[in-house]
Amino acid sequence: MSKIIERLNNGIIKENPTFVQMLGMCPTLAVTTSAINGAGMGLATTVILTLSNIMIALLRKVIPNKVRIPAFIVIIASFVTIVQFLMQAYLPSLNKSLGIFIPLIVVNCIILGRAESYASKNKVIPSAFDGIGMGLGFTIGLTTIGVVRELLGSGCAFGINLIELIKENNIPVLQNIVNSDSFDTVSIFITAPGAFMVLAFVIAIINKRNINKAKKNGEKPNLCSLADCANCHNVMCQGKAQEEAN
Amino acid sequence: MNIILLAISAAFVNNVILSQFMGICPFLGVSKKVSTAAGMGGAVIFVMAIASTVTSLIYKFVLEPLDLKYMNTIVFILVIASLVQFVEMFLKKAMPSLYQALGVYLPLITTNCAVLGIALKNVESGYTIFESIINGIFSAVGFAVAIVIMAGIREKIDKNDVPMSFRGAPIVLITAGLMAIAFMGLNGLIK
Repeated sequence: MSKIIERLNNGIIKENPTFVQMLGMCPTLAVTTSAINGAGMGLATTVILTLSNIMIALLRKVIPNKVRIPAFIVIIASFVTIVQFLMQAYLPSLNKSLGIFIPLIVVNCIILGRAESYASKNKVIPSAFDGIGMGLGFTIGLTTIGVVRELLGSGCAFGINLIELIKENNIPVLQNIVNSDSFDTVSIFITAPGAFMVLAFVIAIINKRNINKAKKNGEKPNLCSLADCANCHNVMCQGKAQEEAN
Repeated sequence: MNIILLAISAAFVNNVILSQFMGICPFLGVSKKVSTAAGMGGAVIFVMAIASTVTSLIYKFVLEPLDLKYMNTIVFILVIASLVQFVEMFLKKAMPSLYQALGVYLPLITTNCAVLGIALKNVESGYTIFESIINGIFSAVGFAVAIVIMAGIREKIDKNDVPMSFRGAPIVLITAGLMAIAFMGLNGLIK
């Protein structure tokens, strides 16, 4: 039981894939135009991550070490295809707005990274919860960025138009702001540049908190590093390019 | 004429990194120095050209006749992964000088989502084999342009006094955001 809680905590807070490890940046930036898209992408990834972790943990003694990466990729790609079909059938509008990033879950660093660094070495139950924890951490990251972008870019949250809501319900102070001539939403936040900006500020806020915490304890602050190849659990790269860059 | 439009649109208007968000990991990770960024860009152009050729051939002559279109994600990722390994071995043996320049970046490219992404896009948009190759090459050129510009800016950023909490990832992301705004200016080029 404690192992399960430890795994969930590890994925959601301690090693949060978006804010701490900075993995899976492509979907993080691309699909977070609204909170619902972000949450949908996060949950799809969670399902695939959990299923592939379970499958890989089950097969960990069967798969020969030398061909493990291709084997993992086939397992992950199969689950991605299954999820893609289910979404096409039952959630067509979400499937349309996530578009090509559903099949691209195959190359999401997080999934192969967890397969290689956890599921291939641990039992089924902890691996399953490792997948759930990491997936939820990713979902929280994407939803947070989605909420900020949607709110600033179109004045909505989870598809509910807050501006209309304020106008209809005559909320005292906010109503004056919304009705003034100079009020407008910042549409750049739902376009490409906004994605980079919002993520930059979210990480800067987390950095600020870490710096203050480190100062209090009299330590040197450990800043959130870039998603470099040494950090990425991408086994195919093995930090080679990073050595070159240094 | 259409081919030229397709090339310009792939390289600049729908830049893989700055408007489609594919291949962000190498864009952020391997852009510290212009020389390494150029190496990465070269390797991506090389692999993407081969990968989009091979995947579109496979789709046209294997998956379509056998009615296995739904297998495209699985087939493409396996083809790309083995292709990269093969290219690496071939270059090592046949062209050692080119291998020295690009070799370290090749393994990284397998999980670069731009390669798989463009292969899937080619199929999705119903491009012919020739159009797919052009789209692949010029998307990769767009990637190379963006990563080299980014590396040039980052070499300058290192000399500046960036606020403590913006050091590292945030300032790079803000730079990328400003670059994306600049690239948005090209939107009007193609209707």
